[in-house]
Amino acid sequence: MLEKMIIGRFIPGTSIVHRMDPRSKLLFVFLFVVAVFLANNVVSYAILLGFTAFAIALARIRPYFLINGLKPVIFLIIFTLLLHIFFTREGPVIFEWKFIKIYEEGLRMGIFISIRFLVLVLITTVLTLTTSPISITDGLETLLNPFKKLKLPVHELALMMSISLRFIPTLMDETDKILKAQLARGSDLSTGSIKERVQAVIPLLVPLFVSAFKRAEDLAIAMEVRGYRGGEGRTRFRQLSWHMRDTAVLITFVLLVGVLLWVRK
Amino acid sequence: MKEIASMHHVEFSYDMEEEESSPMSTKALNNASFTLYEGEWLAVVGHNGSGKSTLAKLLIGLMFPSSGEVHLFSERLSEENLWETRSRMGIVFQNPDNQFVGSTVQDDVAFALENNGVPYDMMVKRVQEALEQVKMKDYINHEPHHLSGGQKQRVAIAGALAMHPELLILDEATSMLDPQGREEVIEIVKKLRSEINLTVLSITHDLEEVLLADRILVMNEGQVLMVGTPQEIFQQGTELEKVGLDLPFALRVSELLRATGVELQGNHMTEEELVNELWTFHFSK
Repeated sequence: MLEKMIIGRFIPGTSIVHRMDPRSKLLFVFLFVVAVFLANNVVSYAILLGFTAFAIALARIRPYFLINGLKPVIFLIIFTLLLHIFFTREGPVIFEWKFIKIYEEGLRMGIFISIRFLVLVLITTVLTLTTSPISITDGLETLLNPFKKLKLPVHELALMMSISLRFIPTLMDETDKILKAQLARGSDLSTGSIKERVQAVIPLLVPLFVSAFKRAEDLAIAMEVRGYRGGEGRTRFRQLSWHMRDTAVLITFVLLVGVLLWVRK
Repeated sequence: MKEIASMHHVEFSYDMEEEESSPMSTKALNNASFTLYEGEWLAVVGHNGSGKSTLAKLLIGLMFPSSGEVHLFSERLSEENLWETRSRMGIVFQNPDNQFVGSTVQDDVAFALENNGVPYDMMVKRVQEALEQVKMKDYINHEPHHLSGGQKQRVAIAGALAMHPELLILDEATSMLDPQGREEVIEIVKKLRSEINLTVLSITHDLEEVLLADRILVMNEGQVLMVGTPQEIFQQGTELEKVGLDLPFALRVSELLRATGVELQGNHMTEEELVNELWTFHFSK
């Protein structure tokens, strides 16, 4: 189940979207999320859908892979669609059978909101599928740089994020090891009442936390000894480079907003 | 010979308040003095709690002695020159995972360079060089969880080398590795010593590592028990066993052989030396 989930996963590749600067992608997705709310009629929603399909094609993501990975989200979208269809009571009735009445406005709203939801999920998934977590962190760090003036600890936040990302596999391995050790000692995680199962997790979490704290301490010492003194006077090894294609992304966005403003009611 | 690091009558105790009331033996370091010369490999040995880890922590300025002085690169280590001093040495710790800061091999090697504000072009060059020195160039974009323990430690050594250090401290750097990983790391340190004039201080349990050193420093209960070449130190067989240290296998075998009446000539530090004497034993009679 979790293997198939693609939300938040990164699939390395060489498409033009993969090679874009994380800053332009992040900026675009952020602005796009706002711009989606401009759409309010059939043409504008069709443009959004079309644009999203174009982005997916550019990123060379197979539609089947995407649909398969987003199954849980698609169920959620269908659920909201049904809610809207059955519970919005505006406009003329277009279908009536026994106690079920479907109104035109309900159908319209349901479809529009589902498309909006779908487009948002798809475009953010394209971002995470084509950008490694560490580039997202780098992109965020540079984008948030102006907020340093407002005393936002941008560098520290980015470092925290990159260290967390780096330690996820390490802690996963550790969890697995502890789990096996506890199973060997007769702990039982798969049977019993919910209360018993929750209690069985405690002997898993306590050693994990203890070791995580130990690791944090070791890491802090290792970082200090290697000369880490905060963000001041630091240079960066991972460089971001802005290309024509990144400027093109932003121009595309401006055009998209222009078209949306023109076709909306 | 130029002096790289030294300690002069250093005392240290982890629990400052109890120091007054408790006897001398609870001190982690008690009147410890030694000198490390340029280009040599000094191995620090001692059983657990003998003060050898404390020694390392004082050398890298994580703690300061309660009395006595620590000198590095002919300057007394203090709060003021701490960062400057640290940029001139590299330390590799015990746990390969807990000292890997970067998300990929090259990011980790660059970490100390970034911290010291080295310009980008220079960083790229130094990272390449350092990874080449530890033979990890093919793994430049690998993530840490795809590396073995020995490879991670080699990356840690590269991280230190990138700063062009004068002193490399190995704080039980091989103790969590499997035999193969240990071999890899020791090979690299040996290779580096022949290529660049690197001074090495290794704190270790591993007898193979100890035998490679130029000099050995034996710690016991916070005191420097003895300092000398491996030959000198291992001649004190029973003394060493008293403070809880093992003797190299070859040395133990040759002692046992002598005890049963086999008249062996030399002192055997390594198995090779012992085997060489044994197979020529009947000729030399």
